[in-house]
Amino acid sequence: MNFLSIFVLIPTLMMLGLFLSKSRKQIQAVALTGASLLMIMAGVLTYLYLAERVAGNSAEMLFTADTVWYAPLNIHYSSGVDGVSVAMLLLSAIIVFTGVLASWKIDPLPKEFFLWFSLLSIGVFGFFITTDLFTMFMYYEIALIPMYLLIGLWGSGRKEYSAMKLTLMLMGGSAFILLGILGIYYGSGATTMNILELSKLHIPIELQRYFFPVVFLGFGVLGALFPFHTWSPDGHASAPTAVSMLHAGVLMKLGGYGCFRIAIYLLPEAAQELSWIFIVLTGISVVYGAFSAIVQTDLKYINAYSSVSHCGLVLFAILMLNRTAMTGAVMQMLSHGLMTALFFALIGMIYGRTHTRDIRELAGLMKVMPFLSVCYVIAGLASLGLPGLSGFVAEMTIFVGAFENPDIFHRVFTTIAVSSIVITAVYILRVVGKILYGKVENKHYLELTDAVWYEKFSVTVLIVAIVALGSAPLWVSNMISDSLIPVIGQLAR
Amino acid sequence: MDYTNFFLMKEELSLIGVMLILLVYDIFSGEKGKRHFQTLALGLLGLHTAVNCLPREAFDAFGGMYSYKPVMTAVKTILSAATIIVLMQVNNWLKDEERRNKQGEYIYLTLSTLLGMYFMISSGNFLLFVIGLEMASIPMAALVAFDKYRQTSAEAAAKYIFSAAFASAISLFGISLIYGSTGTLYFDDLAGSITGSPLQVMAFVFFAAGLFFKISLVPFHLWTADVYEGAPTTVTAYLSVVSKGAAVFVLFSLLTKVFGALMEEWQFILYALVLLSITVGNLFALRQKNMKRFLAFSSISQAGYIVLAVLAGTPQGLTALIYYVLVYACSNLAVFGVVSIIEQRSGKTDIADYNGLYKTNPRLSVAMMLALFSLGGIPFFAGFFSKFFVFMAAAEQGFYVLIFIALLNTVISLYYYLIVVKAMFVKDNERPIETIRSDRPAQIALALCMFGVLCLGILSVVYEGIGQLAL
Repeated sequence: MNFLSIFVLIPTLMMLGLFLSKSRKQIQAVALTGASLLMIMAGVLTYLYLAERVAGNSAEMLFTADTVWYAPLNIHYSSGVDGVSVAMLLLSAIIVFTGVLASWKIDPLPKEFFLWFSLLSIGVFGFFITTDLFTMFMYYEIALIPMYLLIGLWGSGRKEYSAMKLTLMLMGGSAFILLGILGIYYGSGATTMNILELSKLHIPIELQRYFFPVVFLGFGVLGALFPFHTWSPDGHASAPTAVSMLHAGVLMKLGGYGCFRIAIYLLPEAAQELSWIFIVLTGISVVYGAFSAIVQTDLKYINAYSSVSHCGLVLFAILMLNRTAMTGAVMQMLSHGLMTALFFALIGMIYGRTHTRDIRELAGLMKVMPFLSVCYVIAGLASLGLPGLSGFVAEMTIFVGAFENPDIFHRVFTTIAVSSIVITAVYILRVVGKILYGKVENKHYLELTDAVWYEKFSVTVLIVAIVALGSAPLWVSNMISDSLIPVIGQLAR
Repeated sequence: MDYTNFFLMKEELSLIGVMLILLVYDIFSGEKGKRHFQTLALGLLGLHTAVNCLPREAFDAFGGMYSYKPVMTAVKTILSAATIIVLMQVNNWLKDEERRNKQGEYIYLTLSTLLGMYFMISSGNFLLFVIGLEMASIPMAALVAFDKYRQTSAEAAAKYIFSAAFASAISLFGISLIYGSTGTLYFDDLAGSITGSPLQVMAFVFFAAGLFFKISLVPFHLWTADVYEGAPTTVTAYLSVVSKGAAVFVLFSLLTKVFGALMEEWQFILYALVLLSITVGNLFALRQKNMKRFLAFSSISQAGYIVLAVLAGTPQGLTALIYYVLVYACSNLAVFGVVSIIEQRSGKTDIADYNGLYKTNPRLSVAMMLALFSLGGIPFFAGFFSKFFVFMAAAEQGFYVLIFIALLNTVISLYYYLIVVKAMFVKDNERPIETIRSDRPAQIALALCMFGVLCLGILSVVYEGIGQLAL
């Protein structure tokens, strides 16, 4: 137990508080306090981390702690963070905070909703702070299972189908991961499951060839890797607002983070040998996701397919196996997390008022709800990569990094992936034009109100983060890029 | 003969003592005393468990007929603790008009099977082993037939006794072949004289079939669903946890101790059986509408996971196995506890009847959900840990393909566990099961199971303790 464990402790205490609370007021108070604390702690952690680095601490992971859990099996509860995980923790804290605000008036069963929501947060935060394979896998699964009830109970549309599909596909992915973890542990002949220790050992290349695809595929399912992305559109479309936000914003990043932290870091030789398979698949994800988004008519489906495309880009960049592209990948995780959460929050708010997400029925919202509409435009612009907002920085870094690979294969696929920017512009601008501008056709819409305080607050926090990341990216990207040196070192050995 | 040997069999002697006291009390107590019968039974059994829960030095008695290892204490304690929980759940059911006069029988029969399992576990000779096996099977048939005027119960008992007799016969045939080819029935002597001749392989296959029947591995599982459905629910709970757990442990110790020379053969056989049990059990569970049949198939597939640990055949495998049995006992008894409470109060056993249960019975639903998650292997419930450790034990021996198939099957099993969760939490029902006030012992039993489900994984002490005994 150390400073980092507070990120798991706070949601746990939140659960306890929720369990004891009686009225909706109390529930809201507990949830908001917990989420704010998480955000403050994430800020403090970032500060401490940067201060520690400035002071010249060049250890791979900071704030490490290690407690023996299952001694005979070498399972430890060990934690530690590097720049990448700090960035992810910051992102998660922001999304959890805004998610709580976005589900302020959740109905029915608010208590149960926030209980499951806190459990989900435990999984997410725990995943990013551990450095032990077993604990990491455990937190990964903890993050998955609340999704089923969150979607099944509070979702909309074909919620039962979507909830089941999402849970089973992601659990299928975790089956691959578990196999990979066992393979890495026994293949390396290690006496530890600590990732930092494992990275020093050489796993025979024959075993790596088996387990790299297994692990990458396992995490890739959560990262919406083609053709295992199909849970994402259904799941996100049916989920309640806050769950879509958290899931697309943070949970899908677990996939990218896992691919990078386990698949690439621990199995570097096979990663170099076999990355081409997944480059092809992620290339398809990027372009196919964007094209699919064009033809959708449901706002949530559009955003879900757009997530497939953007998350595909994350995995694509990780597979480029160089420092620039990987920095871009983590930046893209941050950027996509923030803007997709913003999108889902806004869609949720619009849907809460108009009771439809069909873009054919929506028009002229700019006149009735100017605040939400302007925010929607900002989110759209961030998504299509307007300079000054986060999307530009991330995608630019990725493509520059990807083009560093001199061979034809990488360049061809980079070119293909770049084309997604144009396609993104098509669907974003089309939606913005269709639903926000034009004449208000449905007279009922004229009576609708604009955002209220908690909605405004939630949206503003996200926009501030997007603008901050877009206009002053250097401190984040330096923090990330420094932490990638060990990974690049692994690849070069 | 050295009569002091008898006193070495502490566990068995104290259980027999408990049974005798209960028998005498049942006969001589009046109508008033009968009321305290169950409390007395639970108290004595609790005392018995507590007294015998500390491991001793390993020893052999009666010239190797009876053999004790410290790890057996762990198994026996788990089994008797599980029996206590079953008896707590049965409390209310036994107070019914038609069963009030038969409470003595129920408890007496249950304890006889437990005693049989004790002997089976500690046997050092095939003769004692067979006596234990029979002692565990025949009273069990009587228990299955406990509601003898209910047709399904009687039918289930007939099916059980026929299959059990058949399995024992085959097993005995196998044992006779072993005797024929080696000239001894002592495990210690057999370990050296089994060399792997074709006759011995055949003997092993026949013998093991009897045990596979008890564990209800596919293709020896055909009796399971019918018996589970027909038997009184508490008996089913006992059958699926205690009886299975004992048989799996015995399988492990026999395979590693006596049939070590046939390792290649039994690994091949178990490989196939694990594969079949997990897959077939799961696929059939998908289609079930009745809760008890559903649990029957789920337990078949769970047995497959336990046998995966047997397949590993290492001390780590044995630890994982015992730990799995413990966790499985907690989770499965919790599920059966809820099912039996609901069955007693409303008579409903179909999955569709559980629709909307959360609205009327939130506590029961949550307990059931946590137990089902544990069975499905979701962290941080104990089931996650037990599955992970079984997979670790198997991975150490390199069974990656089998592990992968088993892992995919956990996804399938999650699907059907989630169907029940969905019924309770998501589905609406115009006439849900009414709010149930369960009796105190059943509540305590459920609370104990929940404690196990929530804490066994996080507290690593339990696993490590078992691990030290299993070395």
